[in-house]
Amino acid sequence: MSVTPDDVRKVARLSRIKISDERVEPMAQELNGILNWIEQLNEVDVEGVEPMTSVVEMSLPMRKDEITDGNRSDEVLANAPNSADGFFVVPKVVE
Amino acid sequence: MGLEVHAQITSNSKLFSGSSTHFGADPNSNVSLVDTALPGMLPVINEHCVEQAVRTGLGLNAKINLFSRFDRKNYFYPDLPQGYQISQFQYPIVGEGEIEVELEDGPTITVGIERLHMEQDAGKSIHDLDPNATYVDLNRSGVALMEIVSKPDIRSPKEASAYVKKLRSIVVALGTCNGVMAEGNLRADVNVSVCKVGGYDKFRETGDFSHLGTRCEIKNVNSFRFIEQAAEFEARRQVNLIEDGGVVDQETRLFDAETGVTRSMRSKEDAHDYRYFPDPDLLPLKLTQEYVDNIKANLPELPDQKKERFVSEYGLKAYDAGVLAAEADKAAFFEEVAKGRDAKMAANWVTQELFGYLNKFDLELADSPVSSKQLGGLIDLIANKTISGKIAKDVFQKLIEEDDADPAVIVERDGLKQVTDTGAIEKVVDEIMAANPDQVEQVKAQFAEGHKKPKALGWFVGQAMKASGGKANPQAVNEILKQKLGI
Repeated sequence: MSVTPDDVRKVARLSRIKISDERVEPMAQELNGILNWIEQLNEVDVEGVEPMTSVVEMSLPMRKDEITDGNRSDEVLANAPNSADGFFVVPKVVE
Repeated sequence: MGLEVHAQITSNSKLFSGSSTHFGADPNSNVSLVDTALPGMLPVINEHCVEQAVRTGLGLNAKINLFSRFDRKNYFYPDLPQGYQISQFQYPIVGEGEIEVELEDGPTITVGIERLHMEQDAGKSIHDLDPNATYVDLNRSGVALMEIVSKPDIRSPKEASAYVKKLRSIVVALGTCNGVMAEGNLRADVNVSVCKVGGYDKFRETGDFSHLGTRCEIKNVNSFRFIEQAAEFEARRQVNLIEDGGVVDQETRLFDAETGVTRSMRSKEDAHDYRYFPDPDLLPLKLTQEYVDNIKANLPELPDQKKERFVSEYGLKAYDAGVLAAEADKAAFFEEVAKGRDAKMAANWVTQELFGYLNKFDLELADSPVSSKQLGGLIDLIANKTISGKIAKDVFQKLIEEDDADPAVIVERDGLKQVTDTGAIEKVVDEIMAANPDQVEQVKAQFAEGHKKPKALGWFVGQAMKASGGKANPQAVNEILKQKLGI
């Protein structure tokens, strides 16, 4: 597996992360280093071993269908850079 | 065509948070810190939503997967604070199934279900409040949806709308979605492709999609009529494009209800690069067979079962039974009218007269000016021969016009009782015969020629009915006429 500079640019764009041109090549090398390191795991034989989904044996916790939250739009909007009439206000999005 | 239907799960609170799902609340009032994806917030699944999804799967005759999992579908949009939608990609809760879909002109088709999975709804972006900004309301964000994906078994716009109607009647009967399309609680993504004659049959034989054309997906169509219009337009557009030597590009399109056309969303080439991966905040969802069996044992009567019962219990024709069974409120209304009465007569009055009237004025059954009790009372008056079927239609009209009227009172008040007094009818018949000797001869001549039901007899019946103001019992008139004319 090898990450190219184009992969880095694409992933950065999809994640809305700004990355300068001179950082692209080093970033690709760093990511390749990480991936190569993780690939050592392929040496382990996992034939017949069920994927582990949690370090403790437990099932998905569930909650009852009750309204326990809400009516806190002031708090919800508190960190918004811009809001009006109870709405978040964001730069114009065109479909 | 294949359809992806998004149905909002009926629940009090959201799929992963405790805020309300109530429609029409003040902006951002039904929002918790989980819904806004603030740091440190964790999703906890609503057990009722899981049950609703399983219930729906059973109603679609589908396989319930005891193991399913939640994945993150990553994309960037202001009404999705998490930056990803929690959905089920690789392991959906419901697998393959199928439903029977009755078409309006008679035949029934089988439409395969590919899968059903649970996912979060997004918030709402409002573009027209400010020319330079978009307003975002997150009330809908995180509400539970079921996405129901059909197999490409649908071959015309009519079939597409009939399929969604059937789906709607099933989820409404199950109580898993309220089916209100105007509020966006049921909406469809319509996938359309066209192929040369015979291509579809080859696809059915081999399962090889290369026999089908390139598909376009029309997003978020929210009425039966728009589904038909959008599919019709899109198929025609693709055929025209190909006939002019062009190629159909796989893309997402929007349907403009005002102009009736679909247009490209001009999305970037990597807009569909969702980079799915298992949501590390959520453990896999494991169910037991006992849990599923318990839900199955408590399913309500589904439209197909109701239809069968209406045929076997009431002796209705399959088509009428289907119309009445499709929606729970119509079925209940019919059963109230039919109780203790001639069910076929009840079905006729409900489907022909009442639904005919409601359709004509685009009214819902809930707005009906005639109650089941009133209609039942009217049918009683026909059954016990107080009024004729013809007069009953006039009384029905009065029930529509007057508030809370009792049909028996109307009949009494307006003197509409059927005349069964043979003496009175005989008198009328005698008068008509005396005034029309030529017609009398004609009937007799026709009868002598071997006509068992002389045409001129109908004329006499009509005259007698007219003379009695429609109140004479038609059978009595017929018998007296035959007797007097000697035929």
